[in-house]
Amino acid sequence: MIAVNKGANTLVLLVLLLAGLSYGCIGSTNGTQTATEKPKVLTISTTTSLYDTGILENVIAPIFKEKYNIELRFIPKGTGGAILDAKSGASDAILVHALPKEQAFMEEGYGVNRKVFAYNFFVIVGPKDDPAGIRGLSVSEALKKIVEYGRAHPDKIVWVSRDDGSGTNTKEIALWKNAGFDFNELKNESWFGTTGSGMGNTLLYTSERKAYTISDIGTYLKYQKEGKINLDVLVDKGEELINVYAIIIINPKKIPGKDFEGAMLLAQWLTSDEGQKAIAEYGKDEFGRPLFYPAVPVLKNQQGDVFKWIIKYGFMKDGDKYTECPEKFRYQPKYDFFEFPASVVEG
Amino acid sequence: MAWDYIIQGFSEAVKLIDDPYVIEIAIRSIKVSGIATLMAVAWSLPISVLLGLKDFPGKWLVKTLINGLMGVPTVIWGLVLYLMFVPLGPLGSLGLLYTEMGISVGQALLITPIIMSIVVNSLESIEGEIRELALTLGADEIRASFQVVRESIGGIVLAIIAAFNRAISELGIALMIGGNIYVRGGVYNTRVLTTAIQMYTVRAEISIAIALGIILMGIVLAVNLLSNLVRKWLE
Repeated sequence: MIAVNKGANTLVLLVLLLAGLSYGCIGSTNGTQTATEKPKVLTISTTTSLYDTGILENVIAPIFKEKYNIELRFIPKGTGGAILDAKSGASDAILVHALPKEQAFMEEGYGVNRKVFAYNFFVIVGPKDDPAGIRGLSVSEALKKIVEYGRAHPDKIVWVSRDDGSGTNTKEIALWKNAGFDFNELKNESWFGTTGSGMGNTLLYTSERKAYTISDIGTYLKYQKEGKINLDVLVDKGEELINVYAIIIINPKKIPGKDFEGAMLLAQWLTSDEGQKAIAEYGKDEFGRPLFYPAVPVLKNQQGDVFKWIIKYGFMKDGDKYTECPEKFRYQPKYDFFEFPASVVEG
Repeated sequence: MAWDYIIQGFSEAVKLIDDPYVIEIAIRSIKVSGIATLMAVAWSLPISVLLGLKDFPGKWLVKTLINGLMGVPTVIWGLVLYLMFVPLGPLGSLGLLYTEMGISVGQALLITPIIMSIVVNSLESIEGEIRELALTLGADEIRASFQVVRESIGGIVLAIIAAFNRAISELGIALMIGGNIYVRGGVYNTRVLTTAIQMYTVRAEISIAIALGIILMGIVLAVNLLSNLVRKWLE
C-alpha cells in the first residue's frame, strides 16, 4: 500500500516537473514578449538558393525587425514548394527566381506587385580535372559534351540535377532544351543523377561524386569558400545564365487575411537604397565578391549588357513593353514599377 | 579525412555546447515536446484506463487500430498535418502552421498511440490478479479498478517517458509543420534540435550539428535515466 502511494506521488511529481518545465519556458518567452511589444510576423516562402547563403536570416531579417518591428519567417523551399505554400495561404510574399513559374502564379491570380530586387549568375561547376572537357565553352556546347561523356560512362554519375521544381531546376531544364535535349528523357539515363533537394545538398552530393551540376553562384561561393565542396566553376559565360530574383506579394483579393501592407513594406525596403546596399555588401568581406548584385541601380542606369539581360530574362512582356510587373497584376496604384519599351531588348 | 573530420567536429562541438544559440534551441525542443507530452497524456490516460479496464465488443479492433497508428511514419504525420494546417486547409483557422504550438500538437498526436498502447498493456497485465484480490477482500468495482490503476503506475511513467523521448527526437513533423524558422531574438522561431541538426548537416556545418546532437542525446539519456530511477524506486 505504501509502495503504491509512493508510485502515485511520483507520477504527480513527474507530471508537475514536466508542467513546470514547460510553463517555465512559456513564462520566460511571455516575459520577453511583454517587455517589448510583440512584433508582427510576415511569412515569406523563399527559394533555397537565397536561403542557403544565409543572407535572409543573417542580414535581412534582423535589419527589418529592428526597423519595422516585423519579424520575418522564412520558409525555404524550391520555387515550386514556395508557390504551393503561397496558394494554400501560408505566406504573405514569395521570393523566387523562375520567370515562367512566376508568370503562371500571377496569371492564376495569386500574386501581385512583383518587384525585381537582385540578380547574380548561374554557373556550371564540376571537378577540377574536368573529364568531360567543358571548361570555358558556351553553355550549349558544354551540355552537349556532358551528354556525350555521360553516355560513354553509363556506370558513373556525371551530371547531378536538383529536379525539385526550383528556380535553378527550371533554368536547368531551359538550358537543356536550348542545347537540344529533353530533361525528362535525360533523367532516365543512368549517368544522370537527381537529388530532389536544395542547392546546398545538391552541391555536396555533386562534389562527393565528382560530377557536374548547375548552381547559383551565391551558394557555390559560400560552400566552396567554407571548404565543404571541391568544385571549379567551368562555365560562367552566356547571357542565359543570368539569375533574377523577385519578390511577389500575395493578392489580398484572392487570399484574404494576409498582411499586404507588411509584405509591400518588405518589397519596398528590398528595393530601397538601404536594402540594395545590404544586398551588395553581403559576402564581400568573406568571399572577396558579393553573392548577389543589387538590381535597382542597373535598372535605373539602363546601360550595359546586364541591363538588357535582366529585362530579357527577368521581366515580363506586357504589350509593347517589358515590365517587372504587368499592369493587370498591380494592386493599388501608389507603387512604382520599372518598365521599358520592347526596343531595349529587341533592338 | 576519415576520423579526423569527426574528432575535429567533436572538439569544436564541445566549445559550442554552452553557446546561447545552442541552448535556446535545446530549451525550445524541451518545451515543445514537453507540451506535446502533457497534451497527449491529458487525453490518452482517461481513454487508456477505460480501454484497459472495461470490456466491450470490438475492443480488439480499437487496440489493433492504436497499435497500427504507432507505425505511422512521422513524415506521413507531417504531410497530413501540413494539409490540415495550411491556412486555407480544414484546420487553417487555428493558425498552427509554422508555430511551436503546431509542432506540439503534431507530436502529441504522434505519441498518443504510444502512451495508450503501453498504458493499456500494463493495466491489462495487472488487472486480473489485483482486481480479483481486491474484490475478494471486499472492495467494490470502482475501488478495485482504482487499485489496478495505482498498481500500474510504473507502466504509466514508462509510457510518459517513452512518449517524450519519441517526441523530442522526431524530425518529420518538426520540419514540415515547424519550418525550422530562426531569426536572432525572434519570437516566432521554431528551430528545434532535430531540424537544426538536419539543416547543419546539409550545410556541412558539422561541429554545430554534433554539438546539437550531443545535447539531444544528453536529454534522451537523462530522461531515460530518470525513468529507470523512478521505476527502481517504485519496485
